Amino acid sequence: MSSEDLSAPDVAIATPAADKSLAEVAAALRDSHASGQSVSIAGAGTKATWGGPARPTDVVLSTAGLSGVVEYAPGDLVVTVRAGTPLADLQGELAEHNHWLALDPPEAAATVGGIVATAASGPHRLRFGTPRDQLIGITVALADGTVAKSGGKVVKNVAGYDLGKLFTGSFGTLGVIVQATFKLQPRPPARRVVTVEAPEPGAAAKAIAGSTVAPVAAEWDGSRVHVLLQAAATAIEGMAMQLAAALGTTEIGERLPAAFGSRPWAPGEIALKVTHRLSALDAVVAGVRHTLPGARFSAHVGSGVIWCGWRAPKAADVGAVIGELRALAASYDGTVVVVDAPAAVKTEVDAWGPVAAVDMMHRVKDQFDPDHRLNPGRFVDGI
Amino acid sequence: MTTPPLPNLAADFARVLGDDCVITERAALRTYECDGLTAYRCIPGLVVLPETTAQVSYVVRRCHELGVPFVARGSGTGLSGGALPMETGVLIVMSRMTKVFSVDIDDERAVVQPGVVNLELTRRAAPYGYFYAPDPSSQQVCSIGGNVAENSGGAHCLKYGFTAHHVTGLEVVLPDGTVERLGGHAPDAPGYDLVGAFIGSEGTLGIATEVTVRLTRAPESVRTLLAAFPTMDEAGAAVSAIIASGIVPAAIEMMDALSIEAAEAAVACGYPPGAGAVLIVELDGPAEQVETDGTAVERHCRDAGAFELRLAVDDVERAQVWRGRKSAFAAVGRISPDYIVQDGVVPRTALPAVLRDIDALSRETGIRVANVFHAGDGNLHPLVLFDESRGETERAESVSGRILELCLEHGGSITGEHGVGHDKKKQMTRMFTAEDLDVMQLLRCAFDPESLCNPGKVFPTPRLCGERPGRRQGVHPLQEAGVADVF
Repeated sequence: MSSEDLSAPDVAIATPAADKSLAEVAAALRDSHASGQSVSIAGAGTKATWGGPARPTDVVLSTAGLSGVVEYAPGDLVVTVRAGTPLADLQGELAEHNHWLALDPPEAAATVGGIVATAASGPHRLRFGTPRDQLIGITVALADGTVAKSGGKVVKNVAGYDLGKLFTGSFGTLGVIVQATFKLQPRPPARRVVTVEAPEPGAAAKAIAGSTVAPVAAEWDGSRVHVLLQAAATAIEGMAMQLAAALGTTEIGERLPAAFGSRPWAPGEIALKVTHRLSALDAVVAGVRHTLPGARFSAHVGSGVIWCGWRAPKAADVGAVIGELRALAASYDGTVVVVDAPAAVKTEVDAWGPVAAVDMMHRVKDQFDPDHRLNPGRFVDGI
Repeated sequence: MTTPPLPNLAADFARVLGDDCVITERAALRTYECDGLTAYRCIPGLVVLPETTAQVSYVVRRCHELGVPFVARGSGTGLSGGALPMETGVLIVMSRMTKVFSVDIDDERAVVQPGVVNLELTRRAAPYGYFYAPDPSSQQVCSIGGNVAENSGGAHCLKYGFTAHHVTGLEVVLPDGTVERLGGHAPDAPGYDLVGAFIGSEGTLGIATEVTVRLTRAPESVRTLLAAFPTMDEAGAAVSAIIASGIVPAAIEMMDALSIEAAEAAVACGYPPGAGAVLIVELDGPAEQVETDGTAVERHCRDAGAFELRLAVDDVERAQVWRGRKSAFAAVGRISPDYIVQDGVVPRTALPAVLRDIDALSRETGIRVANVFHAGDGNLHPLVLFDESRGETERAESVSGRILELCLEHGGSITGEHGVGHDKKKQMTRMFTAEDLDVMQLLRCAFDPESLCNPGKVFPTPRLCGERPGRRQGVHPLQEAGVADVF
């Protein structure tokens, strides 16, 4: 294992080498278990500041060495990949067989493990869902170095508990994801992008939901809704015309805008994820606009997820504003997560907000990481 | 304790829930002695039929206080003994909880009690052009609560996924009687995905008392093709060609000669005579796409050696095509006095090899095996035929077990949709290491530390809560030596 000191004197960074990666991760965790050290887990670091304010840890365990495809069976549409593999690299390999892993969070360089650990999603969730829905098997290393798997490498399998779903979105607080197996999707040959002007996205969302052309992705960027269709070349034109008619637009193109699916925030801004019941899209957008003047948006139309970027005025009482938003979202069965924010905001505002069944979550945490040494502070209710 | 707890509980439950919600007479208890897997039977100590969440919570809380185990049961259609009762325990039958609270088309959600029958959801949603996607073969009788426990799939899960992909929220009674809400109408509830962890836990983490499901827009067009092949090999080649071409059918089902014979005898489904295998390929989606894919599927079938293709042009013809397939399990009763329904999974590409191995096994043992399966996702349902009166039971069980081992040898699973339940817990150690099972137990211990909630299911030798896993120390020796990877 390679170790080097970071600027903080007593922080070691453990980066396992690829060839012995799994054993080294387990060994590093056993070592930190033996000495009672806290451990933070790092992928590419694209979402390192997401979630609650991370407390400093004794050790940083990098998954950078856990890289590469373990097994890819194109005929089975299944791939097993090490957690530190950048998603973009994996997609490149899969593209050779005209396949892809149907996940498209926009953070460039993000690793497969990091995407699973944060349940990061993009516009294609409309058709394919989120990381939990693609994952069919997972291998994890617990805080004490125990290595275990659940699921498998077949697309249909109900043997044993589905730890993959439990670990997806757990922000590294239950263990280190070391390897994951996903089902894959074929890439249809033709695509069209239907675009409609939409100061409010609700009408477009309703038209998309009611249509039977089965779009694969849809995104509102704050002023326009872009809908992606993919199909056989012989079918695509008719589908695009049908959808355009339903949306009341004539704008049909073949390319997605460069910013399609990008997060609507810049460094230093408050980044929010707002969820809601589907029918409440316009009501929630109106409420956010009222509460956060000047906020920028992107929304996974048809999925119930809105992302917002907001630069808080100096005098703003951010805690009160977030509380107001949470009350608004709750009235539509939704929640508000402060995904990212300047450190000062994070110490003042609970990033995750009130969480249902939080006692149960503490009990799960206590079982998997009884000494609370993994990614302390990153997750709900201080977990 | 000087008095056995069950009689006291019976009186208590009768007082709180009402006399008609409690069953104590042995003859009536016998109704519940098994689920769809009738090989395992046990007369429950006590049966309760709650109608509200509060009643379920009360029953569970009292059981928890007294250390009495309890098992939840839906419609009892499960095929792994997952709802097998306990002589010393309470069976909580959910079939009276049949309220549909809401069908919110604009939210694409419905909220129901767990006793609601699967097909009822699609019946309620259909007038609005929506349906509930998971469609287990028993969908006319099986309950949503049972589907949640088993993470049920069905013929169309190849395209649409399983129960876990279509449930967004649960109200559950935890094993100590506490009521919790997990998820809801909105997606991505903050915190651990306890909805995802709960679904498919086979009733061992608690009892779902309310279920919020996603409703799916009905496709514009559906096209169902029946293709007859001389042998299974050609049919298998057609499946591979269809998948390799990038088409995602809603369903691909395969039946072999023996199961066709049985279905003919039972329902006269009229499949092409002389077929060694038939494929049912169903496509759905936008009309133009279905048209294009349909032409391609027909070409792949012909190229692979299909000698007859039939296209169902309307719902009546579609039902006729599916009739043979859907009747297949029951139909083998016509050609064999006894049979075992097996449920295993292999990677799609291993199907031809596994089918040849099953055939060889059948010849070697003289035990006939009829193959009916979801070919698109590699989920086999071999029907092992035998005659108990001729002393074939043991041989049939051995063939059935050997088929599961074949699945594992090819990197598959011991169950694709029927669950582990009571039936397959011993085989769990063939699929998972002791560490894997110990770590799964951590989840169990978080939810049910006293192990009162459907105990003795899924896991072969549950670790006591409080023991730490990993005493066998970290990485498996074979992994460490570089001999084997984790999968």
